[in-house]
Amino acid sequence: MKKAVSMFLALALMAASLTACGSNENGGNNQQSAGTEGEAGETFFIGGIGPETGENSIYGLAVRNGAQIAVDEINEAGGINGYQIAYDFQDDEGDAEKAINAYNTLKDWGMQMLMGAVTTTPSVAVADKTAEDGMLQITPSGSSLDCVKNDNVFQVCFTDPNQGIESAKYVGEAGLAQKVAVIYNSQDSYSSGIAEAFIAEAENQPFEVVVSEAFTNDTKTDFTVQLQKARDAGADMVFLPIYYQEASLILQQADSMGYDPLFCGGDGMDGILGVDNFDTSLAEGMILLTPFIADAEDELTQNFVTEYQERYDEVPNQFAADAYDAIYIFKAAIEQANVTPDMSVEEIGTALKAAMTEITVDGLTGEGMTWEAGGTVNKTPRAVKIVDGAYQEM
Amino acid sequence: MRKLSKTTVNNLITYGIVIFAYILVQILLATGSLSSLLEGLLVPLCTYVILAVSLNLTVGVLGELSLGHAGFMCVGAFSSAFFSVSMQEAIASDGLRFFLALLVGAVCAGLFGILIGIPVLRLRGDYLAIVTLAFGEIIKNIINAMYVGRDSSGFHFSMKDTTSLGMAEDGQVILKGPQGITGTPGDSNFTIGVILVLITVFIVLNLVHSRAGRAIMAIRDNRIAAESVGINITKYKMMAFAISAALAGVAGVLYAHNLSSLTATSRNFGYNQSIMILVFVVLGGMGNIRGSIISAVVLTLLPEMIRGVGDYRMLIYSVVLIAMMIFNWSPKIKNWREAHPLLKRRKRGEEA
Repeated sequence: MKKAVSMFLALALMAASLTACGSNENGGNNQQSAGTEGEAGETFFIGGIGPETGENSIYGLAVRNGAQIAVDEINEAGGINGYQIAYDFQDDEGDAEKAINAYNTLKDWGMQMLMGAVTTTPSVAVADKTAEDGMLQITPSGSSLDCVKNDNVFQVCFTDPNQGIESAKYVGEAGLAQKVAVIYNSQDSYSSGIAEAFIAEAENQPFEVVVSEAFTNDTKTDFTVQLQKARDAGADMVFLPIYYQEASLILQQADSMGYDPLFCGGDGMDGILGVDNFDTSLAEGMILLTPFIADAEDELTQNFVTEYQERYDEVPNQFAADAYDAIYIFKAAIEQANVTPDMSVEEIGTALKAAMTEITVDGLTGEGMTWEAGGTVNKTPRAVKIVDGAYQEM
Repeated sequence: MRKLSKTTVNNLITYGIVIFAYILVQILLATGSLSSLLEGLLVPLCTYVILAVSLNLTVGVLGELSLGHAGFMCVGAFSSAFFSVSMQEAIASDGLRFFLALLVGAVCAGLFGILIGIPVLRLRGDYLAIVTLAFGEIIKNIINAMYVGRDSSGFHFSMKDTTSLGMAEDGQVILKGPQGITGTPGDSNFTIGVILVLITVFIVLNLVHSRAGRAIMAIRDNRIAAESVGINITKYKMMAFAISAALAGVAGVLYAHNLSSLTATSRNFGYNQSIMILVFVVLGGMGNIRGSIISAVVLTLLPEMIRGVGDYRMLIYSVVLIAMMIFNWSPKIKNWREAHPLLKRRKRGEEA
């Protein structure tokens, strides 16, 4: 009985904190945590899902912030067809189950379109729910093929296999190397997805993959074994389909071993020049196949980067850019399909789904982006080289 | 009519709480007054209740510390999801397939429980905690390294990557290493979840109040005394631990069939998840089944209910968690509670 009493007290405490939170949300609307209020029928409700906490929070926060900038820009310019956008972003901790909770929370809020989830596994889980509800889902960075297996889901980024194939083609066509070593994270679906496709495509290319070495989340600090194997096999290029944090360690360790091959990375490598205490001269000559470069000269990128830095005090990565584009893709699709906020979620979803294959969007992560009915994006990958501590388009 | 014993009444209250919650939810569902968030949380709640109750069997009743409960859940989830995906065409009936998947998940997890128990449960001390801790991490890594596919000539297995499976054109990769299993049929629902919770509670309560259960508790309370009266220590320990593992497997099955994508990450099957389940048990009271049910529900709902606070969500969650732990178990607060007129209760009997 005593325990029951304490439980009730705990519940009461919870309820009290809940009401406190509720009023807080309505009152103070800070820039960081979205939640713009809007009237149903007069506003488009766009929800976002991604990890705000946990080990992947860097990506989720980037997406949240990038999309927020796009939403504010659109609202300032008069909205979409005169309708304002309400935007809310919910935390999924990078977990499929929590992503469903986040999705349901957003549904209660009145979401009509979903931008998310940021990481692959939650995206796949949520895609099932959006298919049930007939909602349009655009994932900024969920890159596996499973993310788009339902016809209501579209991607802003390349799929992993696509990126692997494109990278292999690029290396082959540019004649960058004869013998290639691949070092990837076998526990990360992004990394292993690219690595697998790269290795498969390499058979059709004039180079040879001599070493393919994996590491795991638990062994991502020491890469000397993998690098030693690559050197022993005589690899003149090391392909790193991994995120930049680990890549910076690989570059340092290769340097201290005196091993100096050509390094090449995918879009996860964007940001390597911003790593704390990293000697950027080590990355000199490195080639990145990334859709977004924060140093790009064009006006759109420059404006976005300046705005992002002003608000959040850091240089945006490609996740932020993908999210920014995702919001503008919603805008383009809404304008194409001419939907209004008073339509039901399913009506909007059906109309937008059809519109997605008809639109062309110029965004931060590519010009003239178009979509297949299958949900994958068509855009040209950009290759950049690091020269004198800065990205330079090739 | 025979007067019901105190334990029977206590047990009936526990079942009653579960059934009452089920009826309440059904009424709310029928009237449409349940938010989508809560509706989506119903199956996970059942999953965590089963996990908490089953771990309570090991921690509370057997008195051994297990830090790898999520590992058993992981085994149950993956074995059953693998079964369901590969049998999706062979067994047309959803109900039958899910029932078989439940058995597969429970048996696989139970087998792993026995495998671990054989060497470890013979020892005294904290060895079970050490080994289960390692098991939980190992099983996650093994699954992340496994690739299994199927084509017309049968199953293919590899520890390297999907290309080395060497499958025919018509092949389908079922388990894709770190990308896990996708496309698991969503067979779980709240009714099945509640039935499984009731079965779990029934198994655990009946075991506890049986001859075997008294033997298990005798081992917990005084191993030497139990041994001296002729109780087969290893056998009873093994029994409790294997049942606990099998029930965790059932929770895994429920989990896997609720989501269409299943990956073994540190977030869902890692060390933290095992600790989380342990927190359910400790907060609810060791050996107290009803407490486990309530604390699992409260602690699963809590982080979802405070989504409104945005960035401070996880901070508030942990503060509330610490506050509840202190309120429930700190000796000073317990004394204060006993002295306080509002909270004063008669000395409670053996609750379970």
